[in-house]
Amino acid sequence: MSNNERAWTHISINERLLFEEGSAGRRAFNVPALDVPAKDVTELIEPELLRSGVPAMPELSEVDVIRHFTRISTWNYHIDLGLYPLGSCTMKYNPKINERVARMDGFAHAHPYMPAESIQGALEIQKTLENCLAEISGMDAVTLQPAAGAHGELTGILMIRAYHESRGNPRKKILIPDSAHGTNPASAAISGYVVQSIPSNRRGTVDLEALRNIVNEDVAAVMITNPNTLGIFESEIAEITELLHSHGALVYMDGANLNAMMGITRPGDFGIDVLHINLHKTFTTPHGGGGPGAGPVAVKKILEPFLPIPVIRANTDGNFFFDYDRPKSIGKVKAYNGQFGMHVRALCYILANGPEGLKEVSEVAVLNANYIRAKLKDVFAVAFESPTLHEVVFSDRLQASKDVHVWDIGKRLMDYGFHPPTVSFPLIVNGAIMIEPTETESKLELDAFIDAMRSIANEAVEKPELVTSAPHKTRIGRIDEAAAARRPVLRWKPD
Amino acid sequence: MRYIPNSQADRKQMLAEIGAESIEQLFLGIPEKLRLRRLLNIPRALTEPELLEYFRERSSKNEVGGTSFVGAGIYRHYIPIIIDALISRSEFYTAYTPYQAEIAQGTLQAIFEFQTYIAQLTGTEVANASLYDGSTGLAEAVLMAHRITKKNRFLVAKTVHPEYRAVLDTYARNLGIAVELIDYQADGRIDMSNLESRMTSDFGAVVVQSPNFFGTIENTHDISELAHSHGTLSIVNICEAMALGILKPPGEDVSEQRTADIVVGEAQALGVPMSFGGPHLGFIGTRERYVRQTPGRLVGMGTDHAGRRGFVLTLSTREQHIRREKATSNICTNQSLCALMTTVYLATVGPHGLREIAEQNILKTHYAVTEIKKRTEHTVLFSAPRFNEFVLQLDKGSPRIGLSLSRFYPELGNSVLLCVTETARRGEIDAMVQGLVS
Repeated sequence: MSNNERAWTHISINERLLFEEGSAGRRAFNVPALDVPAKDVTELIEPELLRSGVPAMPELSEVDVIRHFTRISTWNYHIDLGLYPLGSCTMKYNPKINERVARMDGFAHAHPYMPAESIQGALEIQKTLENCLAEISGMDAVTLQPAAGAHGELTGILMIRAYHESRGNPRKKILIPDSAHGTNPASAAISGYVVQSIPSNRRGTVDLEALRNIVNEDVAAVMITNPNTLGIFESEIAEITELLHSHGALVYMDGANLNAMMGITRPGDFGIDVLHINLHKTFTTPHGGGGPGAGPVAVKKILEPFLPIPVIRANTDGNFFFDYDRPKSIGKVKAYNGQFGMHVRALCYILANGPEGLKEVSEVAVLNANYIRAKLKDVFAVAFESPTLHEVVFSDRLQASKDVHVWDIGKRLMDYGFHPPTVSFPLIVNGAIMIEPTETESKLELDAFIDAMRSIANEAVEKPELVTSAPHKTRIGRIDEAAAARRPVLRWKPD
Repeated sequence: MRYIPNSQADRKQMLAEIGAESIEQLFLGIPEKLRLRRLLNIPRALTEPELLEYFRERSSKNEVGGTSFVGAGIYRHYIPIIIDALISRSEFYTAYTPYQAEIAQGTLQAIFEFQTYIAQLTGTEVANASLYDGSTGLAEAVLMAHRITKKNRFLVAKTVHPEYRAVLDTYARNLGIAVELIDYQADGRIDMSNLESRMTSDFGAVVVQSPNFFGTIENTHDISELAHSHGTLSIVNICEAMALGILKPPGEDVSEQRTADIVVGEAQALGVPMSFGGPHLGFIGTRERYVRQTPGRLVGMGTDHAGRRGFVLTLSTREQHIRREKATSNICTNQSLCALMTTVYLATVGPHGLREIAEQNILKTHYAVTEIKKRTEHTVLFSAPRFNEFVLQLDKGSPRIGLSLSRFYPELGNSVLLCVTETARRGEIDAMVQGLVS
């Protein structure tokens, strides 16, 4: 079998919506008999506050439910099937033991409002994870409360705001490089800040001179991604943080790309004041088809008083407790204390690796990305010549002359049995193709991907319409998104 | 490392193709002064058997028996086995966000089904693909009402979950949004006459919760009508989604005047483990005319070139990756896998099962309240109808059950909030009551 014969079609069963499938009288679940005196609920609750009858939902048997979801599940691409080269998303293998330990009774059925003495195991897990994340990032303290990366950004910016307010002036602006993720400006805006874009230079990094001209005492912080979304390490990062600090401003780092630097370099050591960490990227908690994620935030000492409440502390006898007595705290960003199930998985991953393992993770992630770059740079234009770490960004410049664009290349990859890379991002590259293989891919898998990409580059010249009309092997073709957005149908309705 | 496939030989070969001598060379872009020249100070690597032992030991230090009667936004309901069997399929849990619709139809169809279920249960016209949780969902709902009405003042019931209100404060503080509280009356419900006397058209929305934090069921339809008669929106928050199986949906009525504009809440009760506070899932439903102001992801139905039905993420021009600082929200993710749990839960228990489970919550809670009144000296506060929670003011002592309300409602003195779901057996309820006697 050659690499380009990797994808084959096989039986895939069509399935209607659940709401089109039910049949009255079917049951998938029997409720245990009531063991307290029965009563007509209308004696307890005013009848006008009750539903008339039962909700309009399908009636199904257990087999119906299993078949339905099993069938539709087979329509998904997923990481256990193959490479997911999404740049900036760090789609790596999700170890099976993570799932096993997160489901242990003492974790799955613990309630955060139980007395501290009966939740010591959960608190110890959270505290240990906080300590590990602080060491990996070179920071002083960590909150696990934010539910996702963007939520972590919001939390971090709110802490920056509280810090400046405590010094008498919240300041007005947040500076963000033009290569940043869209969540950065959105998070800054809902924290009440004005966003100002800073340009990249010809090397694809922040233009230090331009930054020097912009920074003044109105700037609350800069939000930087390092390595940036082009996979390039900001070599002047120490100078950037120094510049901001000299104006009393702080530096926020988007930790989306932490997978490139574990045990190699630490944000805390190059002057970062606050960063969020995506547990669903670097620390292998599963993406779940779009969540749950988790976005812990790590800070330097100066920001510690502003952490969300509660903070986990140990008292003198070594027992852990939630400390709510934090007068300078920004308050709560989420009820309870974060996506605990994700914390268990992330800690399990860190402990499975240890210090040598995490360093090896970053080394091989960078090796794999550079291997792809080396093997594709003659057929796809590299966006910037600077050396790259865990990801590489090409542009569709060479293909665009034949009217083959980045999204066509992505769709055609599906026919070769791959998920497309991140396309059209970062915005500063025209027709960006952003590839991040991660360390959990073998050379064999990478070679198959490289062969597919080279074959598509060839098709773009020889048979461009084959690429522009792709995908051909999927169960449906491209959906008319404009039509779907014009008259949105967001739910099933009875005819 | 066992999660890294490439052998030393593979790595050597790859380096040769790259034209580098060593992996170290690939990191030359990082200035030497910034390099960490020691190992990270974290615990040594554990093998799989050691990991199991490590986590088993910590897991066993948590007490998770069903006799603590704690609810307050996170509920112990029975979770059918097939939910875990289905969500454990790699096809669901290891898939990415379904941006590439052609190879993500499984996730997309499941979310479309979730949106339909939430709309059916809440009585709203449309619902989104889920939000982080109920608390952030409520903040997003208020920001949404702020965008629709351009008004900055909001009336929020004091009986909305205190931690939800705390999150709302965090979000609202820097956007010039002011939250004003509405008190509760002696029966546990919102003080309607107080609300009526304070209503003006200056408010963006009235925000209530039902069942409220004390477990009391509100008349959300009367509240929506009052809000609308003053040109104000109505937001209903629901922490205990099981109640939707039996209560009249806040978004459903023959008269639009009497329905909530936004129904938001937490769906953990429907098939998701308590998991020490998360991951859970928020939901939000609204009127079709407000859909472009909705936060978070939406899945829509569409067709491909051959006319085949398919599903796709839609209306993304509201979102941060397109609109950046002008987006309706900074949200990037939803809680897809938790939404799938809820979808499978609802498919499994079905309409009759859901109503029966909801009814058992009411009856078992009623039984517990009756027994406590009969057999103890403590006072059950608030006489209005309740779902599965109630407030007990203690004569003396502090039992290790429920949630003490001293932090959230000091005015209630020595009180605890207790929760009785369908999972509590009669013997366990009797033992809890007995514990309150002695």
